[in-house]
Amino acid sequence: MGALFSFGVVIALVIIALVGVKGAHLQALFGVVIPYAAVVTFFIGLIYRVVKWGKSPVPFHIPTTCGQQKSLPWIKHNKLESPATGKEVFLRMVLEVLLFRSLFRNLKMQRSGDRVVYGSAKWLWLAGIVFHYSFLIVLIRHLRLFTNPVPSFVSLIESVDGFLQIGVPNLMMTGVVLLAAVTYLFLRRIYIPQVRYISLPADYFPLFLIMAIAATGILMRYFIRVDIVKVKELTTGLARLSPTVPDGIGSIFYIHIFLVSTLFAYFPFSKLVHLGGIFLSPTRNLANNSRMVRHVNPWNYDVKVHTYEEYEEEFRDKMISVGIPVEKNPPAEENKTEEASEESEGKE
Amino acid sequence: MAKPKSTKTPKPDELSKIDYRPPEKQWMEVPVEFKPGTYCYGARPKYLEEVGFPNPREWQPYEDDWKLPDNWKDIVLEGIDDRLKKYRSFRLFMDICVRCGACADKCHFYIGSGDPKNMPVLRAELMRSVYRKYFTASGKLLGKKAGARELTMDVFKEWWYYFYQCTECRRCSVFCPYGIDTAEITIMAREIINLLGCNTDWIAGPVANCYHKGNHLGLEPHTIQSNIEMMCDDIEEITGIRIEPTFNRKGAEILFVTPSGDLFGIPGVYTCMGYLMLFHELGLDYTWSTYASEGGNFGFFTSNEMAKRLHYKIYAEAKRLGVKWILGGECGHMWRLIHQYLDTWWGPADFLEVPKSPITGTVFEHAKSTKMVHVVEFTADLIRHGKIKLDPSRNDHLRVTFHDSCNTSRGMGIFEEPRYVLKHVVNHFYEMPENTIREKTFCCGSGSGLNASENMELRMRGGFPRANAVKYVNEKYGVNMLANICAIDRAALTTLMQYWVPEVEVCGVHELVGNALVMTGEKERTMDLRLEDLPGKEEEEEDV
Ligand code: HEM
Ligand code: SF4
Ligand code: SF4
Repeated sequence: MGALFSFGVVIALVIIALVGVKGAHLQALFGVVIPYAAVVTFFIGLIYRVVKWGKSPVPFHIPTTCGQQKSLPWIKHNKLESPATGKEVFLRMVLEVLLFRSLFRNLKMQRSGDRVVYGSAKWLWLAGIVFHYSFLIVLIRHLRLFTNPVPSFVSLIESVDGFLQIGVPNLMMTGVVLLAAVTYLFLRRIYIPQVRYISLPADYFPLFLIMAIAATGILMRYFIRVDIVKVKELTTGLARLSPTVPDGIGSIFYIHIFLVSTLFAYFPFSKLVHLGGIFLSPTRNLANNSRMVRHVNPWNYDVKVHTYEEYEEEFRDKMISVGIPVEKNPPAEENKTEEASEESEGKE
Repeated sequence: MAKPKSTKTPKPDELSKIDYRPPEKQWMEVPVEFKPGTYCYGARPKYLEEVGFPNPREWQPYEDDWKLPDNWKDIVLEGIDDRLKKYRSFRLFMDICVRCGACADKCHFYIGSGDPKNMPVLRAELMRSVYRKYFTASGKLLGKKAGARELTMDVFKEWWYYFYQCTECRRCSVFCPYGIDTAEITIMAREIINLLGCNTDWIAGPVANCYHKGNHLGLEPHTIQSNIEMMCDDIEEITGIRIEPTFNRKGAEILFVTPSGDLFGIPGVYTCMGYLMLFHELGLDYTWSTYASEGGNFGFFTSNEMAKRLHYKIYAEAKRLGVKWILGGECGHMWRLIHQYLDTWWGPADFLEVPKSPITGTVFEHAKSTKMVHVVEFTADLIRHGKIKLDPSRNDHLRVTFHDSCNTSRGMGIFEEPRYVLKHVVNHFYEMPENTIREKTFCCGSGSGLNASENMELRMRGGFPRANAVKYVNEKYGVNMLANICAIDRAALTTLMQYWVPEVEVCGVHELVGNALVMTGEKERTMDLRLEDLPGKEEEEEDV
């Protein structure tokens, strides 16, 4: 099964890091070289992908219209679901990117006796939102490790995130929530038969990877403590491009950073690029104004057509016989004979 | 595979028992099975020859040998490569699906068949798996582990089977968090399949007809005229008014283009009678064209290029006749193409004027570039300005619901106009359940060239969700008429209703307009446009 394979790969990654650091003492490789390589791969890869998409043109104007078009002035136009201007498209995109608007529409088809009913189904949306936002917040919180002094918005987010004031060190909600949301996404993949049927190893892998990242992060913060001063020395070194590798950072840290590096490097070459893709999606980012403004296809080429002249040539007599106007009247002589044959045909 | 014996479509109770459990085996391991009743016949060579499509030959999908050229694989892979470079939608949609499954149960074919390969995501994966194998590094390296697979003849046949089980309705794209439109992938897949000449007869025939004769049905100019004259005879019988429409008339203000389905067959012709009566009552200076006698475009179900070739006629004819603007009849895919493609293909139509209703003076600013107005927009504007007299009680024998056609809903967004018109021409209007209308509307199950007869089981399955919603309003409100603005709907839904909800008939919106329209000098109406007695009207006459 795809899930087992992906789980195995993530375990292998953990073991590689553990052996690399504990056995082979490759702290510099796992703490510096691989993270740099991963970040470079991430950016170059992402740019490569976006440029590649961008290079394919959008020949036709194909927004999916999910609401009333802009037409007659007294008909209420749905600006968000069927945007007609750039500004309205922008708002539609904001809803899509920040609130997962389309996913929010989700329904669940159910049979109830003879009837088919479509019930509300918001769990995927909720889990998706929770997952993405906690991921984002966790990411922002990590900026603390790369900056000196720490920017105030990072501290602010941190204090909000930890407002429950549970435990020492203070429990950060998003870490746990992230793990829970990813677990939910995993469980639904396993339990919903249709979703399991479509799932590939590449669908389980990022989930396990993120689970492992969150788990090692949580372990490191609350259970297997590492020397945070030394970690910060390493991470700020990375950020200043003058890396140092202080002694005595626990292996768990290297496992964590190796998994994160894997995620970064993997990102551009996997389905995770949906991050960039959604902005380019032509069913969402175009205005529904294609009868108002002409959309130009850069590769629009000439095609062979059947012209009116050819058409009339074929049907002229028939047209004349029933009084349909034609461009080119045939000479009177011909006209007669043709009509005669027409008549005889008609008699059959 | 043997030639399928003539198949009988199972009875509704049997068909509606649907098993949604996916098979044990992983989908790549499940070979495609050509079930009789679920696919169309192969295209006859003469049709392909007529328009210059590749590989014309006698072939049938149930035969083992599809008679493809030796280098078929190269042709397919080049076809994919070419389209990846030309269509951002294609490249992007190949890359960004996360297989969240939100689209899975949104497809009417999945709901009606339970076949997991009819889940939009899996339909797309049929193509995506090959894309990965030949166009991505991970697919090349990791093969199956990365969801990649070799292109084989079986894979190609599987494509053919399932990409002709998608009606390009775009319902899936409404729900996808990235707007992945499986219709777009189907369009690409069919283009690629066409490179090897594997079209269906039901699509290739109308394409060839339309190319040469101007319309899908192959109606020649004199037949178009006589069909319309026959409708005028019926109108005279109903109203006492003789209508004299014109054909190919130069100097008319407006060119009227409608799908040829309106010119032939029931109930399309009733819709056409509605147009004729309305335009006559308004004294509209318009003309029909026998050359641009098709609004629809089956070319769109073969390739973009063919679609463009067929849609050339509309602007060309408008230019030749010197009209000011173009009015378009009720049709689904016709309007997706006019709204989203026509101007790009054949514009700018700067020889035309921005459409202006000669009756109300309304300038249709929203159509200022294409210069084409939808007849329902036109009529809604008339009603809004009180320019026509309507007697909705003439439709009192009808309890009406409205089916939003896929193309006009999700590829145009015309939702309020038809409802506005309907509410003024009928007294009893009921909506189907919310999640089955407007942008969430369900396909008739026969769109995109699937409305043949040999694939009847497929059509009845695909139309099941739509029919089921109609059945609900039929039972709840006594709905007996399913109105719509699409020629394919008028034909396909009629068959669908006969199968699932026989109490319900099907009509175009303008048929109901025609019924309600009070015409100057008309006689007391005792019949509706179907020449059926209007209940109550005869009695009234006797009372007087
Ligand atoms: C911008 C709009 C975005 C939308 C609408 C979106 C939506 C989604 C959805 C629906 C899933 C599927 C959950 C599932 O697997 O069932 C998902 C997964 C995921 N997304 Fe996003 N996402 C967005 C941006 C991002 C960004 C910015 C990131 C950056 C970290 C990201 C990272 C991920 C990851 C790591 C997964 C988990 C993979 C998985 O579930 O298989 N996404 N996203
Ligand atoms: S909804 Fe979109 S992202 Fe989700 S499985 Fe379907 S096509 Fe893929
Ligand atoms: S476009 Fe329509 S028919 Fe095709 S996969 Fe999507 S929902 Fe199904």
